[in-house]
Amino acid sequence: MEFDFAEEQPKLLMLMYGLIAFVAVVGGLLLLLDAVPSWFARRREAQLVAASANGAPPIRRPKRGESGFAFFFMLPAVLLLLIGLVFPAIRTTLLSFMDGGSDNWVGLRNYTWMFSEDSIVRVLINTLVWVLLVPLLATTFGLLYAIMVDKARFESVAKSLIFMPMAISFVGAAIIWKFVYAYRGEGQEQIGLLNQIVVSFGGEPKQWLLDSPLNTLLLIVIMVWIQAGFAMVVLSAAIKAIPADIVEAARLDGVTPWQMFWQITMPSIRPALIVVVVTISIATLKVFDIVRTGTNGNYDTSVIANEMYNQSFRYGQNGQGSALAVFLFVLVIPLVIYQIRNLRQQREG
Amino acid sequence: MTTTTPAMPAGAQATTKRSTAAGRVRTRLNSRTATVVSIIVALLWTVPTFGLLVSSFRPEDQIKTTGWWTFFSDPQFTVENYQEVLFGTSSSSGQLASYFINSLAITIPSVLFPLAFASLAAYALAWINFRGRDWMYIAIFALQIVPLQMALVPLLKFFSTGVTLGGVTLMPAWDLVDEQKFAQVWFAHTCFALPFAVFLLHNFISQLPKDLMEAARVDGATHPKIFRTIVLPLITPALAAFGIFQFLWVWNDLLVALIFAGGGNETAPLTVRLAEMAGSRGNEWQRLTAGAFVSMVVPLIVFLSLQRYFVRGLLAGSVKG
Repeated sequence: MEFDFAEEQPKLLMLMYGLIAFVAVVGGLLLLLDAVPSWFARRREAQLVAASANGAPPIRRPKRGESGFAFFFMLPAVLLLLIGLVFPAIRTTLLSFMDGGSDNWVGLRNYTWMFSEDSIVRVLINTLVWVLLVPLLATTFGLLYAIMVDKARFESVAKSLIFMPMAISFVGAAIIWKFVYAYRGEGQEQIGLLNQIVVSFGGEPKQWLLDSPLNTLLLIVIMVWIQAGFAMVVLSAAIKAIPADIVEAARLDGVTPWQMFWQITMPSIRPALIVVVVTISIATLKVFDIVRTGTNGNYDTSVIANEMYNQSFRYGQNGQGSALAVFLFVLVIPLVIYQIRNLRQQREG
Repeated sequence: MTTTTPAMPAGAQATTKRSTAAGRVRTRLNSRTATVVSIIVALLWTVPTFGLLVSSFRPEDQIKTTGWWTFFSDPQFTVENYQEVLFGTSSSSGQLASYFINSLAITIPSVLFPLAFASLAAYALAWINFRGRDWMYIAIFALQIVPLQMALVPLLKFFSTGVTLGGVTLMPAWDLVDEQKFAQVWFAHTCFALPFAVFLLHNFISQLPKDLMEAARVDGATHPKIFRTIVLPLITPALAAFGIFQFLWVWNDLLVALIFAGGGNETAPLTVRLAEMAGSRGNEWQRLTAGAFVSMVVPLIVFLSLQRYFVRGLLAGSVKG
């Protein structure tokens, strides 16, 4: 059987409907905002002309504020945010105090379950390991690389190569690395790079993704591989923004590269550094695709986002899934508050 | 970005300049070492991807029995893997061509809708005076932190059963089948993208010169007119930055698609299919390698050709605040 393009046509038709809807909604909204006020303006002008022809004083109307425009400009975004985020988030919070089928209130039972069930405690510990290691490693690597590449030639090419994993999906990245970790029995020729390296140093090949806790660390490598590029790009921009005269003055002063790093570079890029660490931490807390593609959360590798998906969409335990989602939310809040305070200081300073 | 200026010790100028010939040689050597090391690291960083790319062009029995590095001593080249994974129609082959179209059909509207709605909202927040404007901005900004996990279950219920309040149906169930489910995915992606989109575009729009806006107002231009004729052309770079960002995000997304698109080849995007293949056919490397590249080619092209805009958007979003 051959690939049949005709079967794909309903999809393209649906895509076309989507695009038509887009043009209709956005175009319609702009047209409405354009046409209606000018119609009112014309009518008012006509009234004024008529009034002045009668010799009567023109009717004074209170000048309408701009709220009308603001309302229509904001309407689609606010409506979608309410339907898609605000109400669902409130509902999830409520569901987290109910049982699996969302029928009865159970108080804090889902939360006590979370901290007492061994498998879930394991999930929480894994998440903690992720969120400690990934920002640390990715930022450190990104920073070192940004400093090193700053003086190098072919800077943009090298940076593009490091940055490229950002364009690859987490699923694609997980497949790339699963291939690196691939295993063939002892004596057979290895097809995975990691096992080949181990074997060529005289070691025994291993099924890397089956051994806890090593498998979690190997999955973390994937996330670091992706996020380091982000850290590098942001920090590199921050390093380039350090005023040249400061660097020059320090150099004339005869500081060592070590002193230069700790006394000039680090204080100057501190705000960018915090942004990078916090952003990567938040992304890491929500990591889902890598674990799902890498091990499907088996062999003690699951993290909160995976367990939330499993509880809500596979086991039908909405209460427990919602409790995990709320816990994730609670973990993110302090990070974001810290980031906002940091940004505000930066603006005022 | 403001940076704190460390205090310089007095007498910085007093020390004599040590820019001797030896010093210059040292600097050049330093930069040469830096060049070599950074290129080596960059190449090492690319090795995993490169290995997968090479493998995807090797015959099946070769992939499964020898490492991809043997390709260089024993080059055998085929595009059969791609043919099989894209167009093969047996249930195990991948049928990725079909999923590729799904990815396109999901991604394009999911980029356009938030782009339009967010730029309208960002304009209103920046340049129209209305009551509660600051609160509205803070609220939308704050919504950025809500993990989308918080919204999944209720939003899915919203699509499947609609909204009833006290027995009155405010909104009937969507009851979508097959390819109509794209609409759900568009809707979900649009909602989830809006807080960041409004925030990013507001950063750009609010920095447009005030004089320009006031001059246009004095000339009698209404807000919709200013938005269309002045603001939109000026913020094209920002629109491009967010557009690329959102494109990569939607194309590469797994979680939202998994929940709102279902798993069949009528609606599921490439990521869902690949994740499934990696789970159930984890050793079929001839399909996984080629499949992974089919899913990567579009984002890589977008990324490499528009990297400048992407980086600018990234910096504006994360550093400028």
